[in-house]
Amino acid sequence: MAVTIAKERWTSKVAEMTLGPNGLKVGGETTLPFLHFEGEMPNRPVTALEVFDMEPQDWPDILKEPFADVLSDPVAWAKKIVEYGADMVALRLMSAHPDWKDASADEVAKTAKAVAEAIDVPLIVLGCGVEEKDGQILPVVAEALEGKRCLIGCATAENYKSITAASNAYGHSVIASSPLDINLCKQLNILITEMGLSLDRIAFDPLVGALGYGIEYAYSIMERARMGALTGDKMLATPIVCFVGMEAWKAKEAKDPDVPEWGPQADRAILWEVTTATTFAIAGGTIFILRHPESVKRFNAFINEAMKSNAY
Amino acid sequence: MGLTGLEIFKQLPKKNCKECGQPTCLAFAMQLAAGKASLDACPYVSDAAREALDAASAPPVALVKIGVGEKAFQIGNETVLFRHDKRFEHPTGIAIQVSDNEDVKAKVDQINKLVFDRVGQVHEVNMVAVSNDSGDAAKFADAVKTAQDNTSYPLLLISSDTGAMEKALEIAGANKPVVYAADANNYEAMVALAKKYEAPLVVKGSDLNSLAELVEKVAGLGYKNLILDSGAREFSKVVADQTQIRRQALKLFRPFGYPTIAFANNDDPIMESVNASTYVAKYAGIVVMTSAAPEHILPVITLRLNVYTDPQKPIAVESKIYEILNPGPDAPVLITTNFSLSYFCVAGDTEASRVPAYIIPVDTDGISVLTAWAAGKFTPETIADTVKKLGILEKVNHNSIIIPGGVAVLSGKTAELLGAEVIVGPRESAGIPSFFKQRWLNK
Repeated sequence: MAVTIAKERWTSKVAEMTLGPNGLKVGGETTLPFLHFEGEMPNRPVTALEVFDMEPQDWPDILKEPFADVLSDPVAWAKKIVEYGADMVALRLMSAHPDWKDASADEVAKTAKAVAEAIDVPLIVLGCGVEEKDGQILPVVAEALEGKRCLIGCATAENYKSITAASNAYGHSVIASSPLDINLCKQLNILITEMGLSLDRIAFDPLVGALGYGIEYAYSIMERARMGALTGDKMLATPIVCFVGMEAWKAKEAKDPDVPEWGPQADRAILWEVTTATTFAIAGGTIFILRHPESVKRFNAFINEAMKSNAY
Repeated sequence: MGLTGLEIFKQLPKKNCKECGQPTCLAFAMQLAAGKASLDACPYVSDAAREALDAASAPPVALVKIGVGEKAFQIGNETVLFRHDKRFEHPTGIAIQVSDNEDVKAKVDQINKLVFDRVGQVHEVNMVAVSNDSGDAAKFADAVKTAQDNTSYPLLLISSDTGAMEKALEIAGANKPVVYAADANNYEAMVALAKKYEAPLVVKGSDLNSLAELVEKVAGLGYKNLILDSGAREFSKVVADQTQIRRQALKLFRPFGYPTIAFANNDDPIMESVNASTYVAKYAGIVVMTSAAPEHILPVITLRLNVYTDPQKPIAVESKIYEILNPGPDAPVLITTNFSLSYFCVAGDTEASRVPAYIIPVDTDGISVLTAWAAGKFTPETIADTVKKLGILEKVNHNSIIIPGGVAVLSGKTAELLGAEVIVGPRESAGIPSFFKQRWLNK
């Protein structure tokens, strides 16, 4: 009995973004994740590992261990990340946080430039998370990184103007971040494109939660955004950034070394990060910002399987 | 299901007799389409119309009951491809496989321990799968007996040898195990066995076409208590087949109108766990794994819990005193709502701050801070009542509470009602570490 394969006729596609000195491409898909039988996924989901510009204060030992000798040297740390096989380096400018060193724009821009010069993969530059401060430092960082085709974030409804203007002027792309609401995601994308930044230079961040901590909200936002993108809603048709590492390593299941009924921490912690990432990958996530090198390896092994043809 | 109100209306007698309790036949048809009324309420519907409507209203994915007793569970009855369209109905059953070549009792003991507590709820695996890897019928029967004697979970019996299956069912048949599987070579005998014990039967194809063909043959023998296996084992093919089967079922292609089983079995337990999680999200009724180690199973169980929550019903946590990092009498008291995500955010960011604290979620029927405030469920009265009822101020030495910055406007009245200091905290939980550092520890 011949089964007529049910294929959706999608009318539109996700924008394709080009990043870094090596021209890494992300996005561009014309179907839902890994449904190769009805459309194209021209680029695989990509990974980045995080570098802090000061020694991280709240990382569990299992996370510090792979970087033990470079935690206070962002340039060496970034190089190590490239050795570990991540597609990109995500530099987080924690030192600018008023609670930490309250570093100036010029100081953090210097670090960002040194890191960018040391690697040949794309650089993602992330502010300290305080919207006002990021609105001040990121434009200066964008200028210092002119021509490096970085991905800069996070632009929010509060501070997107200065970040977008500078990113546009110096050839970068922007991460647009809005809290867990598809309409807010869309609205911020509209505001940013109205400033003249083209859609293929925006990636949105729906503020994901980790496995066990609200993962289902961002999961459904991504599924809805992908349906929107493929049916012609251009303002949802941008790649999606997933800050998986930051969230997954907050979970007790990842960072608590001693809960016998959950099994040894090594596999459990990695699986917490990897399962959070793979779950978003099947919902439509594009750029995965992770923390542990083993997670990158595992995630890539999963993507290798998922990218195999399933044409009928 | 599947029919619109107007399509149903065409089949009704159009007498507008009101005996069903609705003002008109059209109103009744709309209620039927929404699943809020039963055709039995209409005294005048013709037999022909009833048959047509019954056939069309059969669920797109049949409901299948597995096991007996306390650990019995159901799969199927699904109505959507995406949880945001409505919800996923029956959480995937997780089966852990044990081979009749290994120490069955030791593994079953391990499986029995895969029970996890999460915010007061118990989550666990659902089945023990026994596989006849030895090819020996007597050995398989022994393994099935050992498994059954040592667990209360329903069994999944894996053997293509109908003789071995017959012996196993003599032992376990009364407990309605899943019979795996009827294939093109053995289906007549397997169907007879499943029928005899009224046990759910997996129909296994080698691809979607052969699966549809075999389901038709099995249905032709009068058995419809079925679960589907397309035979795919490569991850990417499983995802495609699971998607096709669900899509086809929702289009009412009847051979695929049953729940599915997917095998995540992999020598690499991490890969197995990640693949199993994907199958949970992508439509499997049952997912089979081989690892019985908690670190590999907990992520799958947790994802199932997340994906199968009803998006239209926020999940609530219990309104009680939550202690973060062993707080003492000088620890701050944080007020939030009992929306699980609000609680988890506050708890997570409090832990990240490394400042021991108490968290008090006010019962707002599980809705978030600003929504609850707007709905009049997060008010000075509900906050004061909860604080008094739980007696938290008797546990601390500072007579103060911290409320979310988004509802700063409630601080005055709450302070008045409680006779305590009400401090306005950050708007977002991410601001908690910095708030503690600047506003609490320097107090």
